[in-house]
Amino acid sequence: MLSIHLILFLAFGAIAVAGAVNLLVQTHPINSALSLIAVMAALAGEYLLLGAEFVAAVQVIVYAGAIMVLFVFVIMLLNAGVEERTKGSRVAILLGIPGMLVGSLLVAWVVLKYSGTQSVPVGALPGAPRTIGPLLFHEFLLPFEITSILILIAIMGAVVLASKPTTAGGPAKKVHD
Amino acid sequence: MPIWVYIVASIIKSAVVLLVLLTAVAYTVWLERKVVGHMQNRWGPTRVGPFGLLQPAADGVKFLFKEDLTPPHVYKPLYIAAPLIAVVFALTSIAVIPFGNSITLFGYTFPLQITDVNIGLLIILGVTSVGVYGVALAGWSSNNKYSLLGGLRASAQMVSYEISLGLSLVGVLILAGSFSLRDIVNAQAGHFWGFIPRWNIFIQPVAFFCYLMAAYAETNRIPFDLPEAETELVAGYHTEYSAMKFAMFFMAEYANMITVACLATLLFLGGWHGPIFGPPILQAILPVFWFCAKIFVFLFVYIWVRGTLPRFRYDQLMAFGWKFLLPLAIVNLVATAIAVAW
Repeated sequence: MLSIHLILFLAFGAIAVAGAVNLLVQTHPINSALSLIAVMAALAGEYLLLGAEFVAAVQVIVYAGAIMVLFVFVIMLLNAGVEERTKGSRVAILLGIPGMLVGSLLVAWVVLKYSGTQSVPVGALPGAPRTIGPLLFHEFLLPFEITSILILIAIMGAVVLASKPTTAGGPAKKVHD
Repeated sequence: MPIWVYIVASIIKSAVVLLVLLTAVAYTVWLERKVVGHMQNRWGPTRVGPFGLLQPAADGVKFLFKEDLTPPHVYKPLYIAAPLIAVVFALTSIAVIPFGNSITLFGYTFPLQITDVNIGLLIILGVTSVGVYGVALAGWSSNNKYSLLGGLRASAQMVSYEISLGLSLVGVLILAGSFSLRDIVNAQAGHFWGFIPRWNIFIQPVAFFCYLMAAYAETNRIPFDLPEAETELVAGYHTEYSAMKFAMFFMAEYANMITVACLATLLFLGGWHGPIFGPPILQAILPVFWFCAKIFVFLFVYIWVRGTLPRFRYDQLMAFGWKFLLPLAIVNLVATAIAVAW
């Protein structure tokens, strides 16, 4: 019997897949970015159904609300135009779609074969912030800190790449007070 | 309670809350025009009804009958979607705001809140952070340099100040130990030494200051109204909008102001707690009255600031947000955490 949770789960899954396909099909970058937001929001819905309400809220705040805003910001700033379709991209479509289908079938087959098909019951994930805190800061402290250092390195790399080349080792000239 | 009672009660509550919110939005506009008028030695609206009280209705009718112009050079799907996004997300966050204790009718107990979720605060933060898209997409899809600059400023400003806003709230969360807005309010019941109310504003004054500043920036209000700075950008992101689409941005701005005021009341000003006295019917009404009164005071401060302060320069805005407000919020958070751990 279809429970309301299953219906919602399938609906959110359908939205996520449709958004992902739309992301690839759209030629304008801003439409693609908006499709990605729809995917993020649908994933947040799935997390909520699994009982991970904190992760769902953070998914919306961080991904849909902050990171994707920066994506849209960059697209607006660069005024990126419509994507051009060349002969090469047609070849990519002809080869890519069958390849992707084969690849995803393979992944699905492996997952179904080796992990079994037991479903995760509703509310199975540790959802409350009170349970996530100790998990993050006791059990998984090392991976958590390593991830943060990785992100820090990425930020520093971006700053180094983006900053203007300095003259004769001196600091970059101050443009405006 | 049976499921149909729950559904009917939810629909009635949503309708009532939405009606009250939209009326409050309309009358906040009236209040702003009136108060700013008096501050500038003018009368404000006086012609439509007593004290101009019917002015919001006249404005609404005017917005409906104005020509809805769509410039030919816009990107139409997003041009139409942007005001809808702005107004929908501005109105959604009211769903988790509690405005009083519970009432008992026909043997069932209804909490005075559309829905009580245990991550209420996070939902408000999430919904407001998604609301940026309304402004950003309006600026981009209008295909106009003033609109684009307004949209860019708005998205940069809102993302920057969201960090300070979030961090200023964490101190309160540490004290309350819950994301549920109802629990946070209940943690502020009672008094210090019998007369000072146990509100978070007295325990977390620095956090309240950070929240106030960040909230003004988040709602694009003076002194942080750079996205629609008339002197530089015509009207900013809504330059190309007319009639009801423009009114939607207007409604979204004032609904966001009310949400911010509700959140300040719940987190820092003790929510619906206040002196309760008199006959039972008065005791039932007073909490909602105190809640509304605190929101009114907060909105009045908003308008007062608007009538008083000039606008920041854009680099000053960013420097203030990143170099002053963010470190202050972090220091406050660390100090609160140490004090609580002690």
